[in-house]
Amino acid sequence: MSQAIEIMPLTLTIQGGVDKDGHSDAVSEIEIARGEIIGIVGPTGSGKSTLIADIEQFALGDTPSGRRILINGLEPAGEMRSNPRKKLVAQLSQNMHFLADMSVEEFLKMHAKSRGKDPGLADKVIALANTLTGEPVNPAFQLTILSGGQSRALMVADIAVISDSPIVLIDEIENAGIKKQEALRLLAGEGKIVVVVTHDPMLALMASRRIVMKNGGMTKVISTNEDEQRVFKDVERMDGWLTSLRETIRQGEVVA
Amino acid sequence: MKMVVVAGTPGSGKTSVLMHAVKDLLRSGRSPALVKIDCMWTEDDARFRRLQVPVAVGLAKDMCPDHYAIYNFDEMLQWAEAQQADMLLNETAGLCLRCAPYPDKALAICVIDVTTGPNSPLKVGPLLTTADAAVMTKGDLVSQAEREVFRERILEANPGCRIIEANGLSGKGSAELAQLMASWPDISGEMVLRHNPPLAICTLCTGELRISKEHHRGVLRHLDGFMEYTGE
Repeated sequence: MSQAIEIMPLTLTIQGGVDKDGHSDAVSEIEIARGEIIGIVGPTGSGKSTLIADIEQFALGDTPSGRRILINGLEPAGEMRSNPRKKLVAQLSQNMHFLADMSVEEFLKMHAKSRGKDPGLADKVIALANTLTGEPVNPAFQLTILSGGQSRALMVADIAVISDSPIVLIDEIENAGIKKQEALRLLAGEGKIVVVVTHDPMLALMASRRIVMKNGGMTKVISTNEDEQRVFKDVERMDGWLTSLRETIRQGEVVA
Repeated sequence: MKMVVVAGTPGSGKTSVLMHAVKDLLRSGRSPALVKIDCMWTEDDARFRRLQVPVAVGLAKDMCPDHYAIYNFDEMLQWAEAQQADMLLNETAGLCLRCAPYPDKALAICVIDVTTGPNSPLKVGPLLTTADAAVMTKGDLVSQAEREVFRERILEANPGCRIIEANGLSGKGSAELAQLMASWPDISGEMVLRHNPPLAICTLCTGELRISKEHHRGVLRHLDGFMEYTGE
């Protein structure tokens, strides 16, 4: 096997750029360490996805935002930016559907190949996906016929198994129709840097800090304080209750 | 003088990607001049003109647009020279995929839309296989996994090519593309095409409208693959 990712990044640094009007980011620099989950919040159109895209492509002042992304305090080498075999970033985007006209198995094998991994991992991805969704995914299915939930489960499992990278970017997991905490736990794995765009109170409060976006700019960073951590416990309880209600209704039973 | 030929299927984002790259080129002090080739009609020149660069349009009309571009490369270069440009950017019409209008010494760029699916790099033919760089567009509409599979497919079709992920809306990738254009060697001496144009010398090329086989002469290929010459 390849020794692809020997260089486990210890820190990810975002250096500020400009907002949509060309004003400098109020947050000039933020450093994220291994094992940290960090949130990105803000209204629609505030630049959350743009920030995620900056991180995904390791922007070096060459994207419209002018931001720079450093790994261990240094500019990443060119190969790290483009070659999937050397990529340090796995991304779960907002896209809920596949457009590729291929079977699930063929696609996963091809993806494993593009990342320099064993094509045999395809089976593992499918098995994992099927623990996240109620409707089983079959290796022979065409990707384009998968439901939103199946696609999402497959994308999550693919990231956990094939794109297994030290930095994980997640854009809006709550729209998923899958078990979101389980998905986040899977994606976060051990000692990874997780950046998650979210409006979901539970996911946002799971993060130790959150970057607040407005008009394309990073306006401030909020650290989750003790009060918020207490609120998180309540939210977690409430979410568990809602999940069980949802399951009851889905199963065609009467809510007691 | 540098020369860049930007080819790709209609709607793949050639113009948008090129617009962003031109802005980056201007910012770095280059003087590009642009020639847009199209078939019947285009308004892309109006978009380019907003960038305050010299723009010319060539409409191929009855001639194959790629053949038309190739036939007129000399004239385009002379025109660019007269505009005091240091770089000729030629955007092709992008049609049948059979021709690759790439001179050997120009930078050949194939723009390819990720949403057309991972089989499309295999269908594009010489337009992709003889290009120096492939620019993947609309990647924001698919998952990262799908982009990576698409990338792998491009490399299967053209193992040596440089791949740039670009976005015609946000401008992502344009800086990398502009840098590649600016670093390409100047053209010099006689240029030849990288790939031979297709055999297309039949009565249809000269305006025959009737459909039945008896009306056609020239180098013709049957559905079963048999190719023959019929005529005098």
